[in-house]
Amino acid sequence: MTGFNLEETRNLALGTLAVGVAALLPVFDQGFYLAICVNIMLYAALCTAWSLFSGPTHLVSLATAAFYGLGTYSVGLGIDTLPYPVLVAIAAASGAVLAGLVGAMTLRISGVYFVIFTFGLAEFVRQVVTWLQTKFATAIGLYVFTDITESQIYWMLLALTAAVFLTGFLIARSTLGFALQIIGNDETVARHVGIDTARAKIVLFMISGAFIAIAGAIMAPRYSYIEPPSAFNPMISFLVVIMALLGGTRRLWGPLVGVIPFTIMMDFVSSRFPNHTMIVVGLAFLVIVYLIPNGVTGLIENARARMKGADTVAREKTA
Amino acid sequence: MTPAALSVRSARKRFGGLVAVNDVSFDLRPGELLGLIGPNGSGKTTMLNLISGALKPTAGEITLAGERISGLAPHRIAQRGVARTFQLVRVLPGLDALGNVMAGAVFGHSRAWGGEARDMAAALLSRVGLSGREHMPVTAMTYIDQKRVELARALASDPRLLLLDEWLAGLNPSELRIGISLIDELRREGRTIVMVEHVMDAIRSLCDRCVVMSSGRLIAEGGVDETLRDPEVIRAYLGDDDDA
Repeated sequence: MTGFNLEETRNLALGTLAVGVAALLPVFDQGFYLAICVNIMLYAALCTAWSLFSGPTHLVSLATAAFYGLGTYSVGLGIDTLPYPVLVAIAAASGAVLAGLVGAMTLRISGVYFVIFTFGLAEFVRQVVTWLQTKFATAIGLYVFTDITESQIYWMLLALTAAVFLTGFLIARSTLGFALQIIGNDETVARHVGIDTARAKIVLFMISGAFIAIAGAIMAPRYSYIEPPSAFNPMISFLVVIMALLGGTRRLWGPLVGVIPFTIMMDFVSSRFPNHTMIVVGLAFLVIVYLIPNGVTGLIENARARMKGADTVAREKTA
Repeated sequence: MTPAALSVRSARKRFGGLVAVNDVSFDLRPGELLGLIGPNGSGKTTMLNLISGALKPTAGEITLAGERISGLAPHRIAQRGVARTFQLVRVLPGLDALGNVMAGAVFGHSRAWGGEARDMAAALLSRVGLSGREHMPVTAMTYIDQKRVELARALASDPRLLLLDEWLAGLNPSELRIGISLIDELRREGRTIVMVEHVMDAIRSLCDRCVVMSSGRLIAEGGVDETLRDPEVIRAYLGDDDDA
């Protein structure tokens, strides 16, 4: 492994600074702004974790809700018997195991089949959990009572987001990152230069799934009452895809650009027009896919490339 | 006796009702450059795909220096030391020239990383005549330069066996001269190479031996001149007198 170059050192410093500033928020506000920032931080973690896998592989996963619900349930089931940090670790492990199983089964299937399979998986896991609960427990839901405060949830989500970013940064510098770049370009070439493409994708899916499950585990105390329809809500999967696409998945910080405005908009819509959220989500999906297929960061990069191009043309003319 | 660098034993590939490669056997000595020739559709590229693992043989066995490679996944075969170029050039459009060549150095037979891989890639780029263009986007390159990048990528893995699939096709006469001398250099440094080729001048000037395929079968094998004079080879290329 080589040392950090100038740009990487700068990015690490900027990242640390951003985390430091964001960590101060609960000092200033404990009400509305903290609540909305918990949501922003949650989706920042989810979307960035989702993009770790779906960005380079171009495989759209709708299994976010399955990993998230698994994390929530890990806490819900164990909160009375095990310490909370252990439950978070169990959530991460179960997320990774589920992702590994799904990956081994599905990564050979491509494109739209993968999307449908992951969507079906989330629904399947939800049905299994519901069935198990009605069969072996008396109630469908679970109560999660802890003394974890909203501020602590916020800080945990911030730490998780930072961890996801750091992981993405380290992957990009590793042979795994280079392998994924080649796979994204031409999978046939990737295989013939010696890359185990299936293994690379499964490892990445497991990392992504573990992070999403941790996010669910962190959010569980906030819900107080957990039941399958809310823990495995397919809406989570869709929102993650929309926000990540809005921001763009070519850069690690791309999804973040989509998460902040979209979460604020969703909050506004669901408080003013609670019966019309689905319409807004649907319209947003169409607008994003039609008008900005590479996301906001894609637009920025294209504009930058155009400016650079205009620059060289201008220089050539004066020369 | 040392084992053959490559040994193909009764390799067969069937696509439904079509037998694209029909019980083909041949051997390659270390350091030999073998020409694999034959009319269009005779199964040459399929044969290369069987060796590189892009396709799995229906029957038969392929060994690399005595180790069986047939039936392995392509990335395992690449790691054992087989590198290839593609009939229609395949560069990685999102990477610059250096990145393209590094792809060959990092995961294949040589397993370099970081500065070592970068130095290796830069040296190979200058070797194929592209020094100073390390950071050029490959999509902006001419066809022959893309082919050079692809060759450098294959060499970056320091392969024990190099497969060239019509690497000289589509080049103009002056490019062709450069291409032939490049392959000649590789031969002189003792690389073991199988080349599928239609350019007969290249076959005559470069190959130690050649294997001729027609309709999936091996119809002739031996020194280049005698093989090309073989009546059956002439018939395969030009048809019977009656047809003319």
